[in-house]
Amino acid sequence: MTLSEGKTVPVAEGLFSWPDRPRLIGGTCAACGTTTFPAQQSCPSCTGTELRAGPLAETGRLWTWTIQGFEPKPPYAADGPFAPYGVGYVELATEDGSGSVLVESRLTEADPARLEIGAPMRLTFIPLRRDPAGATVMTFAFEPAEQAAEQAAGQIGEAS
Amino acid sequence: MNVAIVGIGIHPFGRHPGVSGLAQGAYAARQALADAGIGWADVECAFGGSMAAGNADTLVSDLGLTGLPFVNVHNGCATGGSALAMADRAIRSGDHDLVMAMGFDKHPPGAFNADPEESGLGRWYGETGLMLTTQFFGMKIQRYMHEYGISAATLAKVAAKAFRNGARNPHAWRRQPLTEEEIANSAMVSHPLTKYMFCSPGEGGIALVLCRADQARRYTSRPVYLSAVSLRTRRFGSFEVFSPWLAPSPSGGRGGPSTDAARAAFETAGLGPKDVDVLQLQDTESGAEIMHMAETGFCKDGEQEALIRDGATEIGGPMPVNTDGGCLANGEPIGASGLRQVYESVLQLRGAAGDRQVPGQPKVAFTHVYGAPGISSCAVLTR
Repeated sequence: MTLSEGKTVPVAEGLFSWPDRPRLIGGTCAACGTTTFPAQQSCPSCTGTELRAGPLAETGRLWTWTIQGFEPKPPYAADGPFAPYGVGYVELATEDGSGSVLVESRLTEADPARLEIGAPMRLTFIPLRRDPAGATVMTFAFEPAEQAAEQAAGQIGEAS
Repeated sequence: MNVAIVGIGIHPFGRHPGVSGLAQGAYAARQALADAGIGWADVECAFGGSMAAGNADTLVSDLGLTGLPFVNVHNGCATGGSALAMADRAIRSGDHDLVMAMGFDKHPPGAFNADPEESGLGRWYGETGLMLTTQFFGMKIQRYMHEYGISAATLAKVAAKAFRNGARNPHAWRRQPLTEEEIANSAMVSHPLTKYMFCSPGEGGIALVLCRADQARRYTSRPVYLSAVSLRTRRFGSFEVFSPWLAPSPSGGRGGPSTDAARAAFETAGLGPKDVDVLQLQDTESGAEIMHMAETGFCKDGEQEALIRDGATEIGGPMPVNTDGGCLANGEPIGASGLRQVYESVLQLRGAAGDRQVPGQPKVAFTHVYGAPGISSCAVLTR
């Protein structure tokens, strides 16, 4: 499926810009430079209350990872059938370079042999489920940057 | 005013169909009263709680409507530790002479399904499949192994020890020893952690009777003194469960609540890790036990590989860890887990731990509980 088929909606408002130029939205503290994700109204580092929301970079490095091997109980809400998925923290700079943050995210890769701490990762978006109105609910994810490059070059078929 | 533990009670851990969590709490309370040789009417004040099995204070209708002040504690994985800390303060302040702390729980099978909104997180965090404690433990040990050279074989060794110790503990849930191969080859739950490297949510109850230290010998010939009990929440920069984001490059646990709570407990007690003869560390999974050894000050990061290989954490070793089988062999009824560690410490210091007794008449014990959302409670006990 591609994003052009049918209506797509983000899983929550404020997590990422959608549908144009989709980017994760962080918040950076004016006082101490701490960056949070999602953006929040107060800074848990210095207790400041002046935070500016802004986009995070599309690429970063994998800081740690695991594979979710069993189907979570609710409130997990994804259309089946369940398949194991990767989860990790990806170190991302803010797009303006003023801060950085480790963002927890779904990973498109669930093969331990293809995940490595320090590897470059790229932002993507994955469908979770259909909502009652028939729109596809989307969430953010990261994929190994090499795979993203292969896909861009039209080599998806050879990867498997 | 110092504090002594003069009565301990346990409802066996495991699965008990048809027995409510409250009933397990009441059972443990009666055991503790009998152990101290007192009646419920003698208890001046009580603190207790569960995560998912009801309000402890309703037990007065079962134990007796004596009019005592009974405070419910609902503090995540530190529920038992918090009840203990409050009971300790009630005596130290001079308000009361004889106090009960208790904790119990009863969870359905399978992983916990936490509610994001109760933890101040957006619903999306649960909907997208990120709100699982198991993932956090997998990711924390994955990073720690990368930074400090801990091997997957060591993860299996920790679990094998837990089941060996559990086999010697009549109150444990899992009493069947497993080989390192069986553990390593069981289903992968959250890479690099397999099924038998994780504890399971379960059931059980613990109650403790505490009193002024100068009155302890009225109730027992073997008092154990609660030298310190601490409670801490997370500070900025630590790596905690249920975190949609982290500050860049937090080191596995530094600045975390376990480090802070352990340090505070040792400072209050005037003792250090080198003085401890037996320790109980939160082992939600085998990686947690390894990391908590360093976070609570018992070794440096990375030293665990050699310590565990050489048997240091076995019952006969120089730093016996989780002598009753820990969470891995006992399961995790959240409200009771932290107090189970104290129960085991009292048995060890009394010299009454039977087949799993640490040799050499241990004098100092340490306990450590950790859990969501980044909270820890530690205690130092002496005899």
